[in-house]
Amino acid sequence: MSTESSPLLSVAHIEPSTRWPSLGLNEVWDYRELLYFLTWRDIKVRYKQTVLGAIWAIIQPLFMMVVFSLFFGRLAGVPSDGVPYPVFTFCALLPWQLFAHALTESSNSLVGNRNLITKVYFPRLVVPISAVLGGTVDFAISFVILLALMFLYGIVPAWQVVAVPGLVLLAVTTALAVGLWLAALNVKYRDVRYTINFLVQFWLFATPVAYPSSIVPAKWRVLYGLNPMVGVVDGFRWALLGKPESPGLPLLVSLIVVLLLLVGGLYYFRRLEQEFADIV
Amino acid sequence: MSNLAIRCEGLSKRYRIGASLERYKALRDVITDAAAAPFRRLRGASRNGSGNHTHVANTQAIVDNGYIWALDDVSFEIKPGEVVGIIGRNGAGKSTLLKILSRITKPTSGRASVYGRVGSLLEVGTGFHPELTGRENIFLNGAILGMRRSEINRKFDEIVAFAEVEKFIDTPVKHYSSGMYMRLAFGVAAHMETEVLIVDEVLAIGDAQFQKKCFQRMSEIGRHGRTILFVSHNMSAVRTICEQALIVDHGRLLARGEVNQTIDQYLAQVNPQSEEENVETPTFRVSSVQVTSETGPVIKTFDPVQIKVKFIPKIDIADPGMFVSILTVESRRLAGLDFKDFTRAAPVEAGQTCELGFTIESLPLLPGTYRLELHLKNSRDMVELVPHLYEFEVAETQVYGGRKLDHWFGKVGLKANAWIGD
Repeated sequence: MSTESSPLLSVAHIEPSTRWPSLGLNEVWDYRELLYFLTWRDIKVRYKQTVLGAIWAIIQPLFMMVVFSLFFGRLAGVPSDGVPYPVFTFCALLPWQLFAHALTESSNSLVGNRNLITKVYFPRLVVPISAVLGGTVDFAISFVILLALMFLYGIVPAWQVVAVPGLVLLAVTTALAVGLWLAALNVKYRDVRYTINFLVQFWLFATPVAYPSSIVPAKWRVLYGLNPMVGVVDGFRWALLGKPESPGLPLLVSLIVVLLLLVGGLYYFRRLEQEFADIV
Repeated sequence: MSNLAIRCEGLSKRYRIGASLERYKALRDVITDAAAAPFRRLRGASRNGSGNHTHVANTQAIVDNGYIWALDDVSFEIKPGEVVGIIGRNGAGKSTLLKILSRITKPTSGRASVYGRVGSLLEVGTGFHPELTGRENIFLNGAILGMRRSEINRKFDEIVAFAEVEKFIDTPVKHYSSGMYMRLAFGVAAHMETEVLIVDEVLAIGDAQFQKKCFQRMSEIGRHGRTILFVSHNMSAVRTICEQALIVDHGRLLARGEVNQTIDQYLAQVNPQSEEENVETPTFRVSSVQVTSETGPVIKTFDPVQIKVKFIPKIDIADPGMFVSILTVESRRLAGLDFKDFTRAAPVEAGQTCELGFTIESLPLLPGTYRLELHLKNSRDMVELVPHLYEFEVAETQVYGGRKLDHWFGKVGLKANAWIGD
């Protein structure tokens, strides 16, 4: 039996709550294996005991694309920047679904993992982060469908396609930034749970998923641009379809808004985190 | 290297009564809890305002303007390699202490330092997912408990062997028997290589065989020079595993010392048990409940024992009566006594104190913690449950001569003699 500890003992100092805790991101890094396992658990368990399994990942965006194409594209005649409407909307639905799923999951993640939070110590940030990452596999699956759809319509993406990973990261970060606020609030006020669905639906219409951002009147553009998902969705269309020509400004605004939301969310989360186990 | 494993200085933890109540409810049913969320604040406020302390009596902590001090100025030091048992009544603050040392919750004031990696096992199978296989759950649970993947890989075979689930390791754990499930869950935690191990009451669940196994594993870990903090109601477990004990009562550290001495001191203080706080039912106020041995300060198996209940009815009672049940700590009913089967008491007027009791010639309970449940009779056929369980302890003795009895002997002591055929 030679399982002696290393000579360097770590020391944990336990102290009362502070108003301005450190962000503790290095600790999240220390717990990256837990992050991996929790994400893996969510993905693994999601489609267990379902007949269709991972097909569910593509049914939802595909179905929404059909509905949007029918009602907005055909009946309402919404313009689509000269791109076939199904491709136009599906291209936006992918980052949107990734975002909506990540936002919902991360907002409910702390409450859903209460049994862990009240019984084991680990940096609580791991929970909403893993919830956000869990949706990326679904995204990857439906991305293949998008490529097939583009091939069908004879659309070949230009060099901008290299921006896709960055845009995925931005969509995920946006979801995390808002999710951190909501997850922490949800622990304290369970009302949050009921507002999330409503919020996501409202947000969908505030984002150019069913319509191009070019139809928004110029005087509302600034306000509109504060929605970080505008930059993400426009960025996606630009990267894959080449329309609109340049998403530069909205994307920059998105980046700044997300960064502010994220830093604020991290601090808010860390501050509330200290009492999660007592009130969750 | 430090010559300390754990140091606590003035550790205190305050809970709002409303908060502790809502959590209790939420544990039972997350869904109703969510539905009641908007009303919670309101309810908490009105309870605090009315000054009704019946529910607080259950937690036995200090009440202070709508707050409970679950832990109040606790200081102690533990050296590396010490195996320390923490004992105390329900709600005395033991679990709060473990939660603070495990860093699950923050103290309200005071500070603590823990030297080295901490493994805490407050519940068996935290984070187990029923849909995942045994193998997958070992890795998931290990990661949750803070083990590195390499460490889990190294220990994997040992864990599987401990849990005796070799054949079912790739079966989802929802198909496991509860015994397999618990062995696996405990197995993962019991193979952590941390300097400090914090264990709460895990031996209280499961069958005797499971308990024995965990028990052995704990002793083994203790012998390997690791620091263990162990909370249990099972006094014989504490005596066997631990060298030292801490007594926690009403959030305060009462005593600390050599395990047998400290436990005896604790038992002498808990028995005879008398609750100062009044517990109320709609028509009664119970002022004291005592369980005492007629032979000494500590209750032992086969002792003559007296149960004494004092209560004050709020209305006139023509035919007072009571029903006393003895339960295990898991609330399994062991025995009952109905007053009316023995005798009839004189009528009592409202506001008068009434005292009823039983004497038991020889208490047939083996060493351990038991609970008394009380029903009081308010009219010919109406009985009311007293919303409090009164705990008492049967001390460790050598029931059948030489040796100490463990869980193989169950709860009930049999007055028996062995004989040899001609």
